Amino acid sequence: MRQGILIRVASTIALLLGAALVLLPFFWMISISLKPPDEIFTRHVSLLPDRIAWENYAIAVTSVPLGRFLMNGVIVCSGILFFQMLFSVPCAYALAQRQFKARVVIFGMVLAGLLVPFHVTAIPIFLGLAKLRLLDSYTALILPFATSVFGIFLFRQFFARMPKSLFDAARVDGLSEGAIVWRIALPLSWPAATAFAIFSVTAHWNDLFWPLIATSDPAIATPPRGILYFRDEEAGTDLGPLMAGAMIITAPLILLFLFAQRTFIRGVATGGLRG
Amino acid sequence: MFNLSRKSREALTDMMLAGPATLAMGMLIFIPVIIVAFLSFTDYQMGAKTLRWVGVDNYATLISDPIGRRAIVNTLLYVAIVVPFSIALSLLVAIGLHGMADWSPSFSKALRAAYFLPVAATLVAMALAWQMLLHPSIGLINMALIHVGLPAPAWFSDRGLVMYTLALIGIWQSVGYNMVLFLAGLAVIPQHLYDAAEVDGAVTVWDRFWTVTWPMLGPTTLFVAVITATNAFRVFETVATLTRGGPAFASDTLVYALYREGFVYFKVSYASAITIVFFVFVCTLTIVQYRVLQKRVHYT
Repeated sequence: MRQGILIRVASTIALLLGAALVLLPFFWMISISLKPPDEIFTRHVSLLPDRIAWENYAIAVTSVPLGRFLMNGVIVCSGILFFQMLFSVPCAYALAQRQFKARVVIFGMVLAGLLVPFHVTAIPIFLGLAKLRLLDSYTALILPFATSVFGIFLFRQFFARMPKSLFDAARVDGLSEGAIVWRIALPLSWPAATAFAIFSVTAHWNDLFWPLIATSDPAIATPPRGILYFRDEEAGTDLGPLMAGAMIITAPLILLFLFAQRTFIRGVATGGLRG
Repeated sequence: MFNLSRKSREALTDMMLAGPATLAMGMLIFIPVIIVAFLSFTDYQMGAKTLRWVGVDNYATLISDPIGRRAIVNTLLYVAIVVPFSIALSLLVAIGLHGMADWSPSFSKALRAAYFLPVAATLVAMALAWQMLLHPSIGLINMALIHVGLPAPAWFSDRGLVMYTLALIGIWQSVGYNMVLFLAGLAVIPQHLYDAAEVDGAVTVWDRFWTVTWPMLGPTTLFVAVITATNAFRVFETVATLTRGGPAFASDTLVYALYREGFVYFKVSYASAITIVFFVFVCTLTIVQYRVLQKRVHYT
């Protein structure tokens, strides 16, 4: 028993220390975002600001269009999610609950598609968008992600577990297949839908690779792209406002996580199935 | 007659349901993969009117050029550091939190949230926070090191160190994610196995870990290893934000090189070759995963 208590105490201390290390960058980001310049550029670094400089947040919001970046993030993420659902859910339903010849081929495409990271397709997609003169637009940020093989896969697995009789009954009641997809299959797979939504939104909110390639106009920059414009313009002198800006762009996802921890963790963990 | 029209009506429905997604998969995944593979054997540059077949020239350049080789070696080094450390640390954290959940579930849950926070945060923003933390003159870490009389390393500008610094951030970012997967694995280990192990003489925590926990977590560990490795192969955000592959290509990685060559220098064909090399690495990893998963039958 004594040994048990000892282990409990030791592991608790170790876990607390580990958590402190993990949280250190967050702590430092918040600390700097609230420090006036003279407290940042000093030989006597203190953990917490002596004078809280709220003005850093005001400077961050006014010197670059942070609000615009956040709005772009919302537009791009919701646009992507909308099209992903629109295309993936009916396809997943057809693969799971209908019999047709191309089914095996299409499901094979889904499985093969899971192997392909987006980075691999970036060059041809860029060339195609350039040819269509669509670069530097919301279309360029949304279109390449309009369908998600991972989404099709996830919803198919979910729909496949639903009883066939349920859909037969709906057909007898005269519902069209489209109505069955959106009014029966999707509402019944709410856990899969929220998990997928969280996975998709986190992935695209945080993505830097594609916005860096497809856009050069700050007016449509997504939050990570935007914060880099801020960093590069200020050339490393305005660190307080920069950290305030970093706080602002990461805050939406962190708040989402803190308020919906279980759903959030499940969503992001489900995404791990993607190879 | 009725039968036929019913049949074609059904086919039309199938096409309306599955058609758009199938078309999009073709246009956005499969045709681009074919194009990028084709371009890697040509001399195409962005905006050029013509292109010429050059065989494996781009691949030869990638392998023989010190910079190209650097990107490959750096990426492999990054993966080789991040995978074992992330797995070991996340397993320790998961075991600790799993044990803690027995006597204080809410405390365990709060700590789990703390460890998961880097996964939820925006990596570009957090990279900037790390830059401040590791800043050579005003960073907390170096100030602390100087305070206790240790040398203060140039985390991002020392060519021998920069990959390790990026790997450190990679580990920090992935531990919470892997912890969640390990916690799920730990939750399904039946208690009676521990009881049986204790009867058989495995009394210390150490013994119980090696006789029960570790073998039972085998499949989870493999899964975690493959996911961590595939994610590590894609390292880009931290490189683009913090080092741009520098100093002197010391932190160049495959995805960053593909971005730079393709979209900064517009050397499309060369970037395509880098893309294919990256793709081959990722595919190999997945094939290894399937192979090992098929061979290894764990709990008998």
